[in-house]
Amino acid sequence: MAAVPEKLNDTLESLDLIADRSERIQTLIDISSRFEEVPPRLARRPFPEENKVPACESEAYVFGEVRPDGTLDFHFAVENPQGISAKAMAVLLDTLSGAPPEQVAEIDQDIVYRVFGRELSMGKSMGLMGMVSMVKNMARKFAESREGR
Amino acid sequence: MSEIENRGYVNPAVLVSTDWVADHMNDQDIRLVESNEDPLLYSSGHIPGAVEVDWTRDLNDPVRRDYLGREGFEALMRRIGATKDTTVVFYGDRNNWWATYAFWVFQLFGHDKAKIMDGGRIKWVNEGRPVTRDAVSYPASDYTAADRDDARIRAFRDEVLRHVESNRPLIDVRSPAEYTGERLHMPEYPNEGALRGGHIPGAANIPWARAVREDGTFKPADELRGLYEKEAGLKPDDDVVVYCRIGERSSHTWFVLTHLLGYSQVRNYDGSWTEWGNLVGVPIER
Repeated sequence: MAAVPEKLNDTLESLDLIADRSERIQTLIDISSRFEEVPPRLARRPFPEENKVPACESEAYVFGEVRPDGTLDFHFAVENPQGISAKAMAVLLDTLSGAPPEQVAEIDQDIVYRVFGRELSMGKSMGLMGMVSMVKNMARKFAESREGR
Repeated sequence: MSEIENRGYVNPAVLVSTDWVADHMNDQDIRLVESNEDPLLYSSGHIPGAVEVDWTRDLNDPVRRDYLGREGFEALMRRIGATKDTTVVFYGDRNNWWATYAFWVFQLFGHDKAKIMDGGRIKWVNEGRPVTRDAVSYPASDYTAADRDDARIRAFRDEVLRHVESNRPLIDVRSPAEYTGERLHMPEYPNEGALRGGHIPGAANIPWARAVREDGTFKPADELRGLYEKEAGLKPDDDVVVYCRIGERSSHTWFVLTHLLGYSQVRNYDGSWTEWGNLVGVPIER
């Protein structure tokens, strides 16, 4: 398994320590409450289809913004007001902002199960994995363009 | 006559409005049950007094691909403090998709004092009604259940094969893209957990969500009949099998056909596409 960028890894390790399901759910709800929508300077409704996460029931969108240091900031929108898991996932993926894009491109989609457990519906799994996949693809394309490939 | 009764359902009493729930949420013989797809939703705020029934932890066997057995159902009902006289009112996210799934599993054990809150969780929230994060518990009951009876409302693969061979009707409630077998999967992710795409031969495609309106409430009976009888050609006395991917979305359609339109022989094939699309040698249409 590829190395997870440090900030996300720290969060995942903290979550790993929470064995009690109720406590983990409360922690994830707290994480979701820190969700901040993509700033209007980057995107306004209706958000572009190209930024929409495929198969995500919560209508999540992912946006990338180039930072002066040559990395990416990731931003998100979640249109479904009940999309609380998607918001929690967005907050976790936001910790990849500023990480080396080559490393972001290699993260494993299975972090979804590490965060939420295996008791997810396939639809929910696909949506959350779609968010991870979109961040990975964005980072990979950015890394390739930076290298002139 | 209430707005729900005006919609022309065969069994309107199976649906209750958010107003009704607000008026009865403290009744001793009512147990509100929230069932969601999103594992965080219930804990983020639920109707006061509602308990959670989780579709994976509470309704499925932890090892085999099957539902809980009699002892498991008794333990569940005892935990939520329900007796034989308790009317269980289900609601949840995704237009009650998971609520109807739980409702269907409860029917396998014959707990027919059961209703669905029309419009589900989103309607309650959008109406600005109260939610709480308070933990809920009830004194354990002494519920005893009969053995699970799969025969009436659940179909298994061999039965479905015979159903196909005898040209009896099926409804595939998945999206049109799933029905046609178009691959929708994301890179590095399997396509719906099945090796083959398409649908069971002869199945009509009526996606489950077409049975609900914009606000999540069920469409009136005449509109539902338009879907299932005019489009799909069903008749109320038909022997019908409904399916989706694992039997959750199709439990919603089972609910509509059985309880709102009064069909007498509807079975949910919960093996659904994740079983049929992996079976060796069964017929598939695209």
